[in-house]
Amino acid sequence: MTPFIFTRLAQSVLVLFIMSLLVFGGVNLVGDPVEMLINPEADQAEVERVIRELGLDRPVTEQYWYFLVNAFKGDLGDSFIFGEPALKLIIQRMPATLELALFSLFISLIIAIPLGIYAGYKPDSKTSKIIMGGSILGFSMPTFWVGIIFIMIFAVHLGWLPSTGRGEIGTFLGINSSLFTLNGLSHVFLPALNLALFKISSVIRLTRAGTREIILQDYITFARSKGLSEKRIVLVHILKNILIPIVTVVGLEFGSLIAFSTVTETVFAWPGMGKLIIDSIYNLDRPVIVAYLMIIVTFFVFLNLIVDILYTFLDPRVRIKGDSQ
Amino acid sequence: MNPKIKKIKEFWKDFSSNKVAVVSLIVFMLILFVAVFAPLVSPTDPYDLNTVSIMNSRLAPFSEDFSGNYFLLGTDGAGRDMVSAIFYGLRVSLGVGVLSGIFALIIGSFFGISAAFFGGKYESVVMRIVDIQLSFPSILVALIILAAFGKGVEKTIIALILVQWAYYARTARSSALVELNKEYVDAARCLAFSNTRIMFKHILPNCMAPLIVVGTLQTAHAISLEATLSFLGLGLPITEPSLGLLIGNGFEYMYSGDYWISIFPGVALLITVASINLVGDHLRDMFNPRLH
Repeated sequence: MTPFIFTRLAQSVLVLFIMSLLVFGGVNLVGDPVEMLINPEADQAEVERVIRELGLDRPVTEQYWYFLVNAFKGDLGDSFIFGEPALKLIIQRMPATLELALFSLFISLIIAIPLGIYAGYKPDSKTSKIIMGGSILGFSMPTFWVGIIFIMIFAVHLGWLPSTGRGEIGTFLGINSSLFTLNGLSHVFLPALNLALFKISSVIRLTRAGTREIILQDYITFARSKGLSEKRIVLVHILKNILIPIVTVVGLEFGSLIAFSTVTETVFAWPGMGKLIIDSIYNLDRPVIVAYLMIIVTFFVFLNLIVDILYTFLDPRVRIKGDSQ
Repeated sequence: MNPKIKKIKEFWKDFSSNKVAVVSLIVFMLILFVAVFAPLVSPTDPYDLNTVSIMNSRLAPFSEDFSGNYFLLGTDGAGRDMVSAIFYGLRVSLGVGVLSGIFALIIGSFFGISAAFFGGKYESVVMRIVDIQLSFPSILVALIILAAFGKGVEKTIIALILVQWAYYARTARSSALVELNKEYVDAARCLAFSNTRIMFKHILPNCMAPLIVVGTLQTAHAISLEATLSFLGLGLPITEPSLGLLIGNGFEYMYSGDYWISIFPGVALLITVASINLVGDHLRDMFNPRLH
């Protein structure tokens, strides 16, 4: 167990290091930082002063070292647009993104797990075929386009739900979130459903595949021959055993919801991290781009680490293999 | 009968058992035709400034302009015929998607097969990289590349290759591992063929079936991802108007009710991606021994 976690931890650090190289290299060496960082109307003396101040006259290795040291201190530079620390800007917008991703994860699991079990339990029924066909359609639909259609139908045409921004923020148990007010929920519903669509398809397929394999196992036959009700077999024996892959997926999918929220946030003008990064790329706001990339990669590396460790608890086979290495 | 023709006939018999897949294949062929011959089949050249008139801006579907030109799907904000814009857009979207798919297939199967063949440290390093990459969602990998290096055609293609290669590598390795235990590989080794020859002339052709399945599904994914990136303004530049850019252009007219500028390119994208996915899904079922 311990060596397994240790190798994974070492690997995570290595990935972070490589990513820092890539982000630093991409943003600093491919583009011309002087051009990107300095006001084009500045005179020669001003340009030289800023170059010295930012350390751009130093060797590249030294610049990278300062970048790393400052990143550890939590200083990734100030935004050109907002004039505030980039890190602070991102952390301010994080709750909105997390709230959107959590709500859409909730929607997708509530819809997808029952449908997936049904489609795996009765693979030849008409309903199952419709569910599976629908899931391919869900896979194929570009998220941003579906978002546009949602806005057109529910906001512009029917006028039922608002299409932009985050609603009123309520407080419950000390947590501030728009999920606690009715107005907030009405704002989050469309973007969350939009973000959930892709996940619904993949969780349906995963649940169905899991169910189809489990249903052939001896213990299901045994449970049937014991005379257990079908309801108990589905709710206890099948559901419990498909939870292993689903837990992994929920972990990993949560990360991908955060990544895909960049698209949904842009379409619905949701004030989260994703919209911030797209706006920053558009405005060439380099410190915010670097800070976002470093934060999101760190987030993913740790998320994967947690999923891996959780997995070893759920599935002993992984643990044994990890120890023998 | 020639065994190759017989094989193809058997394959077709198997494939045509699923009507949805056959229809999807026909639809995809039509789309491919339209994309390849876009300059010939389009009613107008949407990027020829002499024929496009701003006077025709945002005409509704089924309308005519003063000189009698008919616009089946309406026009966009610059007065371009939507049908033509979609045909040209399909050309760009499919081109980028297929090109990146082919490169990713080559790179991925090279690393996958060589990893299985040589094993040892090399294999574990390659597969570790694959695992790590697959733990990041595709859009994030593409976002990192394009945010760090800027947008552009080559950069978008590179980002799409990077997103896809790991899937091919994993598939190629797992099927190559099965092939390596077969007698023909031993026979080839006894004949003292070079490693390269065994890997790419003997093992690779036998790994093609699963690679093609992954290839169809990945290409669909790449097309969809490119559209998303271009919509966000990170992918292709406006000089290469793919479907994603067309949808993005229409987005600003959405609130004034001019739905067709965004909707129709999206429908074209959806049909393209869905038809490839349906064909790929059926191929996967056909090649999956566990379901037979």
